[in-house]
Amino acid sequence: MIAQAPAIAAIGTPRHHYAAFAVMVALAALAQGAFGIYPVFLAKVLCFALFACAFNLLIGFVGLLSFGHAAFWGSAAYASAHAAAKWGLPPELCILFAAFVAAALGAVIGGFAIRRQGIYFAMITLAFAQMIFFIALQAKFTGGEDGLQIPTNYRRIAFGFLNLRDNATLFWFVLGIFLIGFLVIYRVIHSPFGQVLKAIRENQPRAISLGYHVDRYKLVAFVLSAALAGLAGGTKVFVTGSAALTDVNWPMSGEVVLMALLGGMGTIFGPVAGAVVLITIEEFLAERAGAWVSVIQGGIFVLCVLAFRRGIVGELARLLKKPL
Amino acid sequence: MSADIVLRTEGLTKEFKGFVAVKNVSLAVRRGTIHALIGPNGAGKTTCFNLLTKFLTPTAGRITYSGQDITYASPADIARMGLVRSFQISAVFPHLTSLENVRVALQRKMGNSFHFWKSERQLQSLDGKAGELLEAVGLGQYRAIPAVELPYGRKRALEIATTLALEPDMMLLDEPMAGMGHEDIERTQALIRRVAKDRTVLMVEHNMKVVANLSDTITVLARGEVLAEGSYAEVSRNPAVVQAYMGSTGHAHG
Ligand SMILES: Nc1ncnc2c1ncn2[C@@H]1O[C@H](COP(=O)(O)OP(=O)(O)OP(=O)(O)O)[C@@H](O)[C@H]1O
Ligand SMILES: [Mg+2]
Repeated sequence: MIAQAPAIAAIGTPRHHYAAFAVMVALAALAQGAFGIYPVFLAKVLCFALFACAFNLLIGFVGLLSFGHAAFWGSAAYASAHAAAKWGLPPELCILFAAFVAAALGAVIGGFAIRRQGIYFAMITLAFAQMIFFIALQAKFTGGEDGLQIPTNYRRIAFGFLNLRDNATLFWFVLGIFLIGFLVIYRVIHSPFGQVLKAIRENQPRAISLGYHVDRYKLVAFVLSAALAGLAGGTKVFVTGSAALTDVNWPMSGEVVLMALLGGMGTIFGPVAGAVVLITIEEFLAERAGAWVSVIQGGIFVLCVLAFRRGIVGELARLLKKPL
Repeated sequence: MSADIVLRTEGLTKEFKGFVAVKNVSLAVRRGTIHALIGPNGAGKTTCFNLLTKFLTPTAGRITYSGQDITYASPADIARMGLVRSFQISAVFPHLTSLENVRVALQRKMGNSFHFWKSERQLQSLDGKAGELLEAVGLGQYRAIPAVELPYGRKRALEIATTLALEPDMMLLDEPMAGMGHEDIERTQALIRRVAKDRTVLMVEHNMKVVANLSDTITVLARGEVLAEGSYAEVSRNPAVVQAYMGSTGHAHG
């Protein structure tokens, strides 16, 4: 029969998902511990990996292409930086606040966009994201072109004992948040709710005819995705030390699309791989290649679309004949 | 009006940019019967179904179901009221297994469909019921097969099983036998007769043998309008109906 069809994940966590998860955590820990890669860089990668996973929840599991996810990542970054700089909240509360802000914004934008299909959905999310960008550019509390820095005298102690000034501690802190976000997404996908999402993605009219108010399910998924993107954006502030205009601008929305695409949309581990590759390219080519980074990214995009649709993990899953 | 009319339309009309696909259709489906809607290609049968199940909003007219006005209800709410449709083009969830397809329908009444924090293991409690429904349509041995891999006739059977999972009071079937082989037709026909024992069925069907065998009442639609209504014997004798079918090209007429 159709050998290439993705194998159906039976109910319950398949064993190879445990294995893949263990490999992912071990690689992260090793990269920091054994290979001696700069922990701040790794922490940044983890933030983007979570961002990409959150985005993938929509495109991969609901079939909605948001082209405005920078709004959630970026406004969460501002919220987090604001809570730290102006209110002096501890990091964990700043991040929590950021996730709430992103979720609320997600409810508003999602409320407007969710009834639209395909390209219209993408355009509406983009339009809203540009509005958020405009606010960030003009408003006083965002610091305009300068962005929002976390002041040097801010007490970077998470949960009262984790000193985030120490780079290794920062890494473990961010890894912890990433894993929480990742597992939340995994659970959402493998929940009764996730089952309905799958049905909607597979055949929306049929799901409607079975009595599901599909817009409500999509909206919940959208808010979850926004909240998780916010979790990532809020955490990022403690890695880079600031929220900046680039965080809310549209290339950020494009980048997260590219991460999911490169890693494998609709796979569980793909966005993580996509984020690792893209951020690594950016980081190491930024000094050497300058503006060529964009060209390289464009090239990757074209390659993915033309020859490599399943992405890195998607191709791997096909070789192993197991959903990853 | 008689209480045993479960679904009624009055002056139902649908216009697509000046083209009238359904024109002033008044339909009365009696509870507990099998009612067939027939007519040449493009007569407006599917459009009628879309109007009845609210996938389209009528330009004019009124629809009542079980005494309630549903002219402006939402399609999901229609299903919740017990009026469930199938589609002309087979509607399954292709990459879900047969069992999962049926389970999606059963899941709604479980009330956990928004629970994104719970494990999908919860759904296993529905497997027994889903399995029974698959058995009932002869898909017992296909439960672990993704719907996309089922032969066409089996897909239609799966669709009926999924519809039955909602325990609808009324089923709307749009060409349930289209594309089926002889054997599948026999089986599906028996199935429809069986499930129609305690519910109402409104179906569109081109296979006249099936229509003759199953239907209590037939409504003939042509160019969006009701041409005739009655039993098979009455309708097939009607010269206007014969004319309409002769006039349409390439139509299988059993
Ligand atoms: N969304 C639409 N926009 C414009 N015209 C439409 C639309 N849907 C249907 N039509 C037209 O309305 C007419 C009736 O179509 P419909 O699908 O209801 O016919 P049908 O009786 O189901 O035919 P068939 O036996 O081929 O399934 C056709 O001429 C079709 O082209
Ligand atoms: Mg039709």
